[in-house]
Amino acid sequence: MIEVKDVFKSFGDNEVLKGITADFKPGVTSLIIGSSGSGKTTLMKNMVGLHEPNSGKVFYDGRDFTSMDTEERIDIRKEIGMLFQGSALFDSMTVEKNIRFPLDMFTDQSKAEKLDRVNFVLERVNLAGKNHLYPAELSGGMMKRVGIARAIAMRPKYLFCDEPNSGLDPKSSIMIDELVAEITKEYEITTVIVTHDMNSVMGIGEHILFLHQGEKWWEGSKDEITSTDNKELNEFVFATKLMETLLKK
Amino acid sequence: MVFHYFGKYILLIQAVFRKPEKFSIYKNEIFREMVSIGLGSLGIISIISVFIGAVTTVQTAFQLTSDLIPKSIIGGITRDSTILELSPTICSLVLAGKVGSSIASQIGTMRVTEQIDALEIMGINAPGYLILPKLLGGIIMIPMLVVVAIALSIMGGYLAGSASGAVTSQEFIQGLTTDFIPFTLAVAMIKALVFAFIITTVSAYQGYYTDGGAIEVGNSSTKAVVISCIAILISDYVIAQLLL
Ligand SMILES: Nc1ncnc2c1ncn2[C@@H]1O[C@H](COP(=O)(O)OP(=O)(O)O)[C@@H](O)[C@H]1O
Ligand SMILES: [Mg+2]
Repeated sequence: MIEVKDVFKSFGDNEVLKGITADFKPGVTSLIIGSSGSGKTTLMKNMVGLHEPNSGKVFYDGRDFTSMDTEERIDIRKEIGMLFQGSALFDSMTVEKNIRFPLDMFTDQSKAEKLDRVNFVLERVNLAGKNHLYPAELSGGMMKRVGIARAIAMRPKYLFCDEPNSGLDPKSSIMIDELVAEITKEYEITTVIVTHDMNSVMGIGEHILFLHQGEKWWEGSKDEITSTDNKELNEFVFATKLMETLLKK
Repeated sequence: MVFHYFGKYILLIQAVFRKPEKFSIYKNEIFREMVSIGLGSLGIISIISVFIGAVTTVQTAFQLTSDLIPKSIIGGITRDSTILELSPTICSLVLAGKVGSSIASQIGTMRVTEQIDALEIMGINAPGYLILPKLLGGIIMIPMLVVVAIALSIMGGYLAGSASGAVTSQEFIQGLTTDFIPFTLAVAMIKALVFAFIITTVSAYQGYYTDGGAIEVGNSSTKAVVISCIAILISDYVIAQLLL
């Protein structure tokens, strides 16, 4: 479980997060949604330590991540997997080396054990046999899937995804969403996804956090989201005609 | 303002020297960088060195009009000026352009495509993993390149001297072997080490703190070259003052 407690974050005079408090539970796919600039990415970066909050704390299963120094954080970092918006694969390495990289760095497994793990996660994301391709040779959807494979190679307890289906066609988007949701259940991972895609919300939104101007405006599930009378949330959810027709029966 | 950047630079270098996660991986990276910096630059360094030596010899001969001064002195002047100044400094300026811009754009691209964030999330010390192999590769290979450059410059001088008739080969060799001060070689190596440190760390710093996209990566790469060159020339002066 990840607990975010009263996190504030400003860039200069721009107060981006205004006291966010939320819990994220294992085995649940949590979605952070909101319009562009509402602070979703900033919240996620504060959670994983790519940014430091001005005040407030983040706990990983009771461990106070925010107060730790770089060295102390390494143990928690090894339990975190992250899928980046642009996949962030190391472009000088093959698919296999990308996935093996954290294993090389942090485990003493034999070559064969590592290869087994690489092949297992590649299989899991439906990319068996693509070991020797370079990131430049992959499509956007395949890169995301390699990103997921790399993120889960170390059997993470926590998985973060920043806009996992940005830049993908609808079919690949659904595939990525479902893959992440399945893995979350399968391995009891605490998964946090940042997205503004209503398709994802309606597909896999078990636990949804709606941010509006840096505040937690609403929290609930996909079954509740269409029947709320929260004005800003309604504007976000029914922004497109398609959603309006589909959801407001 | 300058102090702010200098402080950030010092902090980055401190992070570079944190204990490596796994030495075997760093070792492979260091070898890769040594090959890339060393072999990758050998061609251009060889070409410019031969010409630097040739030009130094021909121009020194041109300036020595008096018949009272023995022609052999040309060999000595070529030797001392290549060892002390021309080889370390010009090679490093060229390498700032070649190696520095490549380091800055490589690390800068990794920054803007979130590859550096990915390293940090994994718990890897990104400055150490990315910069230490380049720094060590540089400070091992650049002094070696300078040694090659000195040898080739002197050879270029020898060839140009005899080809142009400015100085006979016997005179050149005689000058070359008279009054040699080995300390000048030490100064050349110290310069090469310092310049290698400047090229790799300044360029890595520019790349590491790139913010934005492709255009900013280009800017970082240009800045890396400009700032490295200025820093090389300033430290060249400081070393000369301190050691000579
Ligand atoms: N590194 C940064 N420096 C300064 N301002 C930033 C930085 N990152 C984000 N911001 C600002 O924070 C606000 C929220 O950004 P972000 O969290 O990226 O929004 P979202 O992901 O919801 O679209 C924006 O106004 C943005 O300009
Ligand atoms: Mg964002």
